[in-house]
Amino acid sequence: MKEKVIEVRNLVKKFGSFVANDDLNFDVFKGEIFGFLGANGAGKTTAMKILCGLSSPTSGEVKVAGFDIYRETEKVKRNIGYMSQKFSLYEDLTIAENIRFFSGIYGITPKNRKAKQEVLLKNLDIESSKDSLIGSLPLGWKQKLAFSVAIFHDPKIVFLDEPTGGVDPITRRKFWDLIYETANRGITVFVTTHYMDEAEYCNRVSIMNEGRIEALDTPENLKKQYSAKNMDEVFLKIVRKAE
Amino acid sequence: MKTIFYVIQKEFIQVKRNKVMLRMIVMIPLMQMLVLVFAATFDLKNVDIFLVDKDMSSTSRELASKLEASPFFTINNTSFNPEEGEKELLRNADDMVLVIPHGFERNLIRDDKASLQLLVNAIDGQAAQLGYSYAASVIRDFNKNIIAEWKGLPEFKAPYQINTVSRYWYNSELEYKWYMAPGVLSILVTLIGLFLSGMSLVKEKEQGTIEQLNVTPIKKIQFLTGKLIPFVIIALFDLSFGLLIAKLVFNLPIVGSLALIFGMGALYLIGILGLGLFISTIADTQQQVMFVTFFFMMVFILMGGIFTPVESMPKWAQWIDQANPIYHFMRIMRMVVLKGSGFSDLIHEFVALCILGFTFLSLAVWRYRKTA
Repeated sequence: MKEKVIEVRNLVKKFGSFVANDDLNFDVFKGEIFGFLGANGAGKTTAMKILCGLSSPTSGEVKVAGFDIYRETEKVKRNIGYMSQKFSLYEDLTIAENIRFFSGIYGITPKNRKAKQEVLLKNLDIESSKDSLIGSLPLGWKQKLAFSVAIFHDPKIVFLDEPTGGVDPITRRKFWDLIYETANRGITVFVTTHYMDEAEYCNRVSIMNEGRIEALDTPENLKKQYSAKNMDEVFLKIVRKAE
Repeated sequence: MKTIFYVIQKEFIQVKRNKVMLRMIVMIPLMQMLVLVFAATFDLKNVDIFLVDKDMSSTSRELASKLEASPFFTINNTSFNPEEGEKELLRNADDMVLVIPHGFERNLIRDDKASLQLLVNAIDGQAAQLGYSYAASVIRDFNKNIIAEWKGLPEFKAPYQINTVSRYWYNSELEYKWYMAPGVLSILVTLIGLFLSGMSLVKEKEQGTIEQLNVTPIKKIQFLTGKLIPFVIIALFDLSFGLLIAKLVFNLPIVGSLALIFGMGALYLIGILGLGLFISTIADTQQQVMFVTFFFMMVFILMGGIFTPVESMPKWAQWIDQANPIYHFMRIMRMVVLKGSGFSDLIHEFVALCILGFTFLSLAVWRYRKTA
């Protein structure tokens, strides 16, 4: 459980004179659910994009899945999955076509794909909809599908950027069931969120404010440390203290 | 290699699902070929003349009927007041005013010469010149006949005479549509190629799917090639569709080799699509792509030589035109379709298209970043 899958040292990202990530340092371990919390504009998405290789850091060292993100970007990309804030499967393709396309890009053979696709459809209980266009599905389904496609190639880490925005609590709860299953399979889940109840589900959380990580521990320890009833209070105390 | 196949497959499915795009692919060639080729003609067919006949003699009437007999001229209005003629010119109701002055016949008989006044609306210089020279030649013929008739002399014949018989090569009937069809076709495949490729990449940006692709290990060459090939195929389909329309509707003679047309067409389109992809790597929205593409199309078309011969442009403009892909492709199309030129006649254009294509593609590959 102590194998490091993400190592971040002195990560800085600047946009002009604006410092989006100010000297971040943290590790993420294999199989854990790592919550990345912070207010809007705290720099969560920026940091996540750097970890995914979508954006290059200004300075600092970052290793993802054991590979250096500067020099081994393509190897990093083979080993990660990503689900962005903006829903991003092809709306004008069917479920099966989306799966076929992304499998093709990751080099999954058609035979493997078919077997895995069957499991996926069964798990999500949408076997009958495999030829429906993504655009015609309800948002909750889309999110679950996007997540399932993001881990279809069995990455070591999956990054989720506010994956449950805009859906009801029940759908969110179901989404978290998927996250648990994934973590149980040994895939590390790195998730950003605003929802403090979701923070409780994480193994460890970090709380960012104005580009800096202000706290990083298990939800229990954080609650103790800040003598708070729940993560909501922890979060408010940290953000107010910083102000 | 297999990765490219999956991208191509996806692009084709997306085109198939996009009803508007499908309609564009079929309707644009149909409309442009049928409307533009017929409409964009320099053939002088109908010049409206305002006649001011102050002489009212048999000679003046004969001249008028000579003009009327020519297929190019219609005498639209007559009056004794030249100022009314000018008003008609201002209103654009007539193209020319012919004033036959009082005493025209008398002067002609007595002094062996008489004057006429021809006022031409020269806003469109080319049409004015053409109209004027046709009218002048009708009058000249009339003049010659009059001398012969009145003087009772046989038409003047020089002892030695050089007879020029002109024969128009490659388009012997001076069929303007045959000249226009390959030009319009060049423009329309460019339009389709540029828009389709430009739109398809920027759409991925708008929908956020580009991010999803950028976290995958796909190489940018694979992705861009996969984007390019489907649209080259679609644009080539439109090229053959357009040629077929031209053949069936205008009876366009396709003298040269079809293989050469399509080979050059493919080379040309790869470059044009490269430009489309480059534009969409810079733009963030479909509107931006539209604006930039529109700008390029305007310059390409107006400088490409579809209406105005590039040879009569200033030297600097001709130099700039070397970087205009439509200019080269239009030349190729006209040369191969109408004259049957072979590859060896097209080396210059071939090299130019290779250089332009390579430049556009390199720009697209260079500008497309998986990591911002």
